[in-house]
Amino acid sequence: MTTATIAGVQVDLDAEGFMTDPKQWTKEIAETIARDNGIDPLTQKHWQVIDFCRADNEAKGTPPTVRRITKQTGISTKEMYQLFPKGPGVLSSKIAGLTKPKGCI
Amino acid sequence: MKKLLILGAGTAGTMMAAKMRRALPRAEWSVTIVDQDDDHLYQPGLLFIPFGVYDESDVVRPRSRYVPRGVELLLSGIDVIEPEESRVRLGDGTLVDYDFLVIATGSRIVPEETDGLTGPGWQKNVFDFYTLDGATKLHRALEDFTGGRLVLNVAEMPIKCPVAPLEFLFLADWYFHERGIRDRVELVYATPLDGAFTKPVASARLGSLLEDKGIRVETLFNAGSVDSEKRILSSWDEREVDYDLLVTVPTNMGAEVIERSDLGDELGFVPTDRNTLQAQVAPNVFVIGDATDLPSSKAGSVAHFQGEILEHNLLAAVAGKELAPDFDGHANCFVETGFGKALLIDFNYDVEPLPGRFPLAKVGPMKLLEESRMNHWGKLAFRWIYWNQLLAGREIPLVQAQLSMKGKETTAAAQAA
Repeated sequence: MTTATIAGVQVDLDAEGFMTDPKQWTKEIAETIARDNGIDPLTQKHWQVIDFCRADNEAKGTPPTVRRITKQTGISTKEMYQLFPKGPGVLSSKIAGLTKPKGCI
Repeated sequence: MKKLLILGAGTAGTMMAAKMRRALPRAEWSVTIVDQDDDHLYQPGLLFIPFGVYDESDVVRPRSRYVPRGVELLLSGIDVIEPEESRVRLGDGTLVDYDFLVIATGSRIVPEETDGLTGPGWQKNVFDFYTLDGATKLHRALEDFTGGRLVLNVAEMPIKCPVAPLEFLFLADWYFHERGIRDRVELVYATPLDGAFTKPVASARLGSLLEDKGIRVETLFNAGSVDSEKRILSSWDEREVDYDLLVTVPTNMGAEVIERSDLGDELGFVPTDRNTLQAQVAPNVFVIGDATDLPSSKAGSVAHFQGEILEHNLLAAVAGKELAPDFDGHANCFVETGFGKALLIDFNYDVEPLPGRFPLAKVGPMKLLEESRMNHWGKLAFRWIYWNQLLAGREIPLVQAQLSMKGKETTAAAQAA
């Protein structure tokens, strides 16, 4: 685990750059991580996903899967890939200040 | 008379019927188990069917033979579960009430979840091996296969038996070697995971086995659609993989009755306490095996380990005592690697698969995370253990419900971290 300063806030990160404490997260941190991953600006749709991820993580203790996000928010899988290119599950979680979603085994 | 009702007479349900019939006094408790048909499928055997090692007669036996005396077996579909009424409505409308309910309805494949998967090429150039029908038809397709690109795709996690896709590829490598056409077959593994497996040490070891066997891995591949006329598998991020033969592990979901009863998560798995196995919906409902939403493997060994804890907790609940939070996510899986060898993995929620010996330190005789002939014989012998020990709810000598660190090399984890 390492610490880094993102958008002026000192945060704890795991080896893959995911925040380990969601309480350290701010909206500015989300914007910075998004920009570093080629998403700029964050639109209302992005925020709808990010807010859902954070609320769901709070309730369930684990970040939601893409299937769960699409089912609960009504945003389609195709749209999720447009909003968060490459890996929407991993990227939405990273921007929302949550841990890497675990592929269940 | 009090009633224990078990839904599903597969691995977990049959085992619980045997355990609870022994544990509950016959004068006070009836035990009833429901399933839609009388065919008990030895699911670990499905893997061997495409390669002609097993056929139908090796994997199907009557459920009724394994449901113990003193347990009522109802062969019927299940329409809906009504936890607030403590009752279940069967397919023919019969109402069955219960004092305690065990949901053991398993998981199933739903190929319709992937666009085009069940299109014109379904069971012509696209096959599953998670059903008896699929595995049997795939066997014929493999016999006719004379060369080209075979792609194995896992549509989405979680899946039942997460090592089965790897085993399929290892066995395919062996099978085409035996037929003398391995040099004419390209094997590709398209997986949504970022490596061969979900945990680092095992992922590295299994990844290098794939490499040694010349199997190409496409990681982070989330299947979006299949065009079975053009023979193209496409991912959501618009990568395309051409295939001659596509072997799919489709999306896995819980039983339809779970969705009809509004008891499941987005995949139809039942929200369950990860340590006590009590359903979140009601205190007199418990869940076991593939039907749970737990982040443990969907595997027979897991159902077996859960069985001991569930028996304890059902008896505690009957007596009004506190439940034991004892399920630790323990799984123990043989991984067939071809050419008469296999490896073995043993892990739980917190401890990833590590190298070492099992079940006894130094002695073994099984080797963890390392190929050996003994492991392969263990895998084959397991079929006997399954029918005769596991389904009867008996313990397996030296293997405890909770993970043991005996024989495990913990330095491997430290090196990988």
